[in-house]
Parts: sequence; structure tokens; C-alpha cells
Amino acid sequence: MSPEAAQSEIAITDLNPDFKYEIAEIPGGENIRYCFTCGTCTASCPIREVNDKFNPRKIIRMIILGMKEKVLKNDFIWLCTGCYSCQERCPQDVKITDLMNALKNYAVSHGVVHPGVAAQAAPIYDDGRIYAIEDFDNKKREKMGLPRVKPKTEEASKIFKATGLDKLIKKG
Amino acid sequence: MADKKYLLFLGCTIPARGRNYELSSRAVAEKCGIEFVDEEEFFCCGFPVKNADWMACTLMAARNIAIAEKHGLDICSLCSACTGVMAETNEHLKHDDKLRAEVNKKLAEINPEYKVEGKITVKHFARILSEEIGVEKIKELVEKPLDMLKVAPHYGCHYLKPSEVHNWDNVEDPQTLDEIISATGAESTQYTDKKFCCGGALLAYDQDTALTVGNHKLEYVKEAGADAIALICPFCAVMYDDNQRTIEAKFEKEYKIPVLYLPQLVGLAMGLDAKTVGMNLNKVKTKELLKKIEEAKPVEA
Repeated sequence: MSPEAAQSEIAITDLNPDFKYEIAEIPGGENIRYCFTCGTCTASCPIREVNDKFNPRKIIRMIILGMKEKVLKNDFIWLCTGCYSCQERCPQDVKITDLMNALKNYAVSHGVVHPGVAAQAAPIYDDGRIYAIEDFDNKKREKMGLPRVKPKTEEASKIFKATGLDKLIKKG
Repeated sequence: MADKKYLLFLGCTIPARGRNYELSSRAVAEKCGIEFVDEEEFFCCGFPVKNADWMACTLMAARNIAIAEKHGLDICSLCSACTGVMAETNEHLKHDDKLRAEVNKKLAEINPEYKVEGKITVKHFARILSEEIGVEKIKELVEKPLDMLKVAPHYGCHYLKPSEVHNWDNVEDPQTLDEIISATGAESTQYTDKKFCCGGALLAYDQDTALTVGNHKLEYVKEAGADAIALICPFCAVMYDDNQRTIEAKFEKEYKIPVLYLPQLVGLAMGLDAKTVGMNLNKVKTKELLKKIEEAKPVEA
């Protein structure tokens, strides 16, 4: 059964009333309970325009109702592109884009890590950059009259270790 | 003699995949009297780990800001995602004493020289062109007006939003890129869903959805009859330029719309040659576009 199909039945014992408070503790999630479900977010969303799976109003409602397990196992978590269209228009200052980011942070810290998260974070842990700069690139740059770019720094991995992100993406 | 001096922030994508943006920005900055100072120690802005861990992202952005503060120079960023995340972090650190103390404590453990005091600002290059140089000055510097071209501006997202961070232009009806395009002599093309996101941030998460979002805009730009798109973010260029052929194949369309970085367009109008602004590095071929410019305005010796 898909997570959507499971929407038809709710056992109150499956709901987690603390979920919304846990989300509200993460930076960006603070204003979730201001939502009065007007749907301006969903109407403004470019992802919603092309993919019905993503519906910010519904996601917020699911969090407020405490549908923690259903939210965490649903891929819609990763579909927010972070464009801020909803956040600009929200009449209740829910800061929806920041909230969707808080939800992603929550998922990662609970072991729900989309492969894309780790794929982007790993090279930053290694080099401090998402695209490696090799000698070859620096030679090319030099030919074009562009200054050299430092290929590696270890300070990014130190930041990962300081925040525990290294463990979450299975590095370190 | 340069009037304005900025620390140039390249981020990850531009030095590896957007050298046409870097070349054209440096050349246009020089024309406008902007001096760029390079800093080797900058690394990723933090944006790509924001969805994994907000604090890791904040520390990465803060580290770059701390380096800029040591120079005593404002940051000019070419990438909208880098601009967005660093400007946002900078705002948080300036106004939240508790967060600044926590971040500085963590930064000091990484490198004792790092400390953010809230002394600098982070600005997008396009904003500097619009706000500090101004369209009148750009018009004065134009040597070859591009009045034969229709160019569709693509604002993307993080150049303007969130507005409480940027406090710049008008989120619902942005004008600054249109004005710069008009200053080159080109017509700035109006098209449906002009403010639509490129979808690039989703490429690593759901490629089908990302490419569908990318296709959405290309369809409307084509319909409006634009000769090219002008944009200001390497993520957006990855979508519309690097992925245009993939989108064409997936949706059985033919667009062939050249995708220029705005400084490439401005540079051409200022009389810089195509190679100086890196036109040879664009993925969608620009030969026809350059021919259109040359044929309409023969270069005078």
C-alpha cells in the first residue's frame, strides 16, 4: 500500500502529538503552528504545478496531526526545491521554505537520509567543494587567465565533525 | 583605478562548470571600475548541506564571512544560492547575539582566527551592477547596442528571496534584470511564469520532476520568441544550458535557446569579444546568436 492509500484510515494511537513540537525546535520550523491551512503555499508552488505528490499544505497538516511515520517514509520530504515562493506569500508567516528545510534536517537526524543528501555532502567533507578541482582544472584556469583555486581544505570535515553530520552521512 | 572593491566569492560550481560566467563577470567588472580581490581560502558556501544540517550550513557560511571580515571587504557572489545562504547567515549572525556567540565558539575550535562580528555585507554581482553601477552607467559603457535581440530574463529564486533577507527589487514583479537587459539595447522579453524556479536543486533528488520544472520555462520562453535567456546563477545554467538537450529529448521538443549569463550579454554590448566573455564555453551553441549580432551591426574597424 502506498503512503497515500494509507491516508484513508488513521488510528489515533499511531499519531505522535510531539512531532510538531520537535519540528518547531529546529531552526526554520518555529512557526509551524501558525498555519491555518489556507493553501496559498500549494497554489504558489512550482513543484506542485508539475508533481501532485508535493503539497505543502498537506505536509504541514500531517505534521500538525502528528503523522510522523507517514511523513518520514514519504519521498515528498525531498521535493521542496527551496524557491521561497510560498514563504513570500504565506499570510501567517509560517516560513514554509525554512520549515521544509527543518523537516529535511529532522529526517536526516532520524536516519532518513536521501541518497542525494549524502551524494552532495560527501565531496564537501572530502575537499570543501561539491565539484573537485584537480590540477587539470587549475591548468585550464591558468590558460584562460583565471587565478588558481585551492583544491582542498580540511576545515569542512572539521565542521562536519563538530555538528555530527559526518556520522549522519556515514563519513568520518 | 577601481571605484569599488569586493572580495569575489566563486563557490563550487563556477570555477569547475561556469568559467564562462567567471570570465564575463571579471571582464564586465573591470569595464565598470569594480575591483575583485580573490581569496584562496573560501570554500563551499554551505547551501548544499543546508537540508542535512542547518548548523553545519551556518558554520560553513560563517567561516566564509569571517574570512571576508579579516579583509574588511564586502563579498560579491556570482552564484545566487551562495549569495542567498551567506546573506541569510550574515543577517542571522548580525541580529542574533546568542547564535553569533555559539557560532563564533564553534568556529574558533576549527580555526582560532575566525570570528564574525557582523561588519560586512554579501551581495550578488547583478545587484551590484544594478545598485552601485546603475543602468545609466551601463548604458554609457555600451559600444555595440544589442537592439536586434530579444532576451528573456530568468531571475531564479535566491537573488531576491527571502525578501526579508535581501530587501531588494520586487519579489512579485522583479525589474532589475529587465533593466540591465534593456540597458544593453536588447528587448527584455516578457513571458508566462517568468518567476518560475529552474528546478535545478531537485536534480539530485528527483530528476523527472526537476527536468519537468526546467521544461516548463523553456516552453514559455520559446513561445515568447526570445533569442536567448539571460540568467545569474550557475545552478540555473546547469538546468537550462547543460540539460537543455536532455530536456529536449525527454519531452520531444526542439528549443535550441542559447543560455547566457547576464554579464556575457552585458560584455558583448560593451564591445568585449565573444571569447573574452567565454561564449565558446556555453553548451547550447551561440554561433547563430553571435551571427545575428554581427549581421545587424557590422563591426567597424
